[in-house]
Amino acid sequence: MANVVVFAETRGGTLRKVALEAVTAARALADASGGGEVHAIVAGTPGTASAATQQLGAHGADVVIAVEHAALAQFARESIAATVAERAKQGGYRAVVLGFSTQGRDLGPRLAAKLDAPIAADVTEIAVSGDSLTVKHPGYANKVTLTLTLTGSPVVLSVRPGAFTAKESGKTPRTESAQPALDPSAERVVVKDVVEGAKGRPDLGEAQVIVAGGRGLKAAENFKLVEELADAFGNAAVGATRAVTDDGWRPHSDQIGQTGRQVSPQLYLAVGISGAIQHLAGMRTSKTIVAINKDKDAPIFKVADYGIVGDVLEVVPALTAAVAAAKKGS
Amino acid sequence: MGAPAVKIAVCIKRTPDSESRFKIAASGVAIDETGLKFDMDDFAGYAVEAALQLNEKAGGGETVVVAVGPDSVQESLRKAMSMGAERAVHLKADAVPADGLAVAKALAAELRDGGYDLILFGKHAFDTSAGVVGTATAELLGLPCVTAASQLAIVNGKGEARRELEGAAELVEFTLPAVVTIDEGVARPRYPSLKGIMAAKKKPLETKPAQLGASRVSVQKAELPPERPAGRIIGEGSAAVPELVRLLQTEAKVL
Repeated sequence: MANVVVFAETRGGTLRKVALEAVTAARALADASGGGEVHAIVAGTPGTASAATQQLGAHGADVVIAVEHAALAQFARESIAATVAERAKQGGYRAVVLGFSTQGRDLGPRLAAKLDAPIAADVTEIAVSGDSLTVKHPGYANKVTLTLTLTGSPVVLSVRPGAFTAKESGKTPRTESAQPALDPSAERVVVKDVVEGAKGRPDLGEAQVIVAGGRGLKAAENFKLVEELADAFGNAAVGATRAVTDDGWRPHSDQIGQTGRQVSPQLYLAVGISGAIQHLAGMRTSKTIVAINKDKDAPIFKVADYGIVGDVLEVVPALTAAVAAAKKGS
Repeated sequence: MGAPAVKIAVCIKRTPDSESRFKIAASGVAIDETGLKFDMDDFAGYAVEAALQLNEKAGGGETVVVAVGPDSVQESLRKAMSMGAERAVHLKADAVPADGLAVAKALAAELRDGGYDLILFGKHAFDTSAGVVGTATAELLGLPCVTAASQLAIVNGKGEARRELEGAAELVEFTLPAVVTIDEGVARPRYPSLKGIMAAKKKPLETKPAQLGASRVSVQKAELPPERPAGRIIGEGSAAVPELVRLLQTEAKVL
């Protein structure tokens, strides 16, 4: 029997989806390790943890540890890493689990170094058998799946957003509170500002539907067709190819591909995207792929479940209208 | 009025061309390297360029490139010197272990007493796609660390960087010395000039054994992900839209 500690990340005081996925993964790991407990750490301003406790319990946390401080309004990476490491050092933990998000990518290696623990990043599966812990991790920009064995305890695991579906297991957690192990108002890396992106759209990593545009849109102003199609779906995110972000039609943060975001939504609509290897590496694990492109030989059609050959300026508005009508009917 | 000169280390990795078609080696635990083209990793290239630009802006300073691995990494170190880095350190190892912390220990041992103001890494390397080594090195050295910076500057003796978050961006300020891992967006790496290539041949490249930590991560299996079923074109132009909507509703069930 071994316990698992999870860092349940928040932003702006709200629990992120990947936090619930990390708790779900930790629950499964604790159960597979002989029925240990899941201890979830929530860091934020006072009140953050109480708002998150019920949800964390519902997803399998036995204990929610509130680390609250006014200076945790921002991502205090040094303080949070020290606090999670201190808890993990209290012993008995088989693993420290967190999301492979921008926060988790930052914290994971810090924790590994502080705990002198082996780390596996961007994990899509976790298996335990006896003392051996094995994970799957897509390497080579998703082109090769690696199965890794980690020896020692604890280990640090960051889970790929979307890989572990958040599942409720209905616990009512005990609550504890802890002080930050390092003063979060004395960080050596200080957040001066957070610039919010596109208004009211979900993040690319969290959206069920993504509409992405490429150079086939011909001009920056035609990107509004992509926006409108996303609007028709309701809660869809908007992405772009590297060519589009390089040209400044869209911000760099919208880029989907090997050097940008890697996404796997339920539905991915590629609009005016030819399907360069660099782009495919970022979206080929999407569940359903739709492609609209004027060149019938474009490589995107090799991965698209449904392709339409045609001018995006003609097809996309028609699709937008049809999707809006279908949504209205449903 | 230039910025003060800084001494920068850039840790680089050598990885296969990311556009390659990969095959699995007979061992079943690695890719088949036959016929693959290897080069400095893309993100490491951005990091080298970022360092060179900081030095150029300051009109001085030094850029030192460091790599762990077999003798073949010297080619990437020479390339960085042909771009403009002043010297190189090769930490020799038969292979780069799968355990990022083991690699970080070797780099930390080399960098600890180097007097660097800034230590740069790519945000991750293409092959492991894990992003562990840079941040773990910072932690071992007790230095502040900024991960995945898409902009980087030194202003009044402090570092300033931008990080892309999920749907937002974070602007941070940090004290030096520090470790920064570099995302795309900082600067496109320059191509080495002929003059640079000639000069690099005479620049110092020091070789010493890598003091790797014990590796506690091992690759059990490498496999290619399942292929997607072949694509299907359902029609042409807006006339195909009703059929697409029907398929999304009844077959894919996503609408």
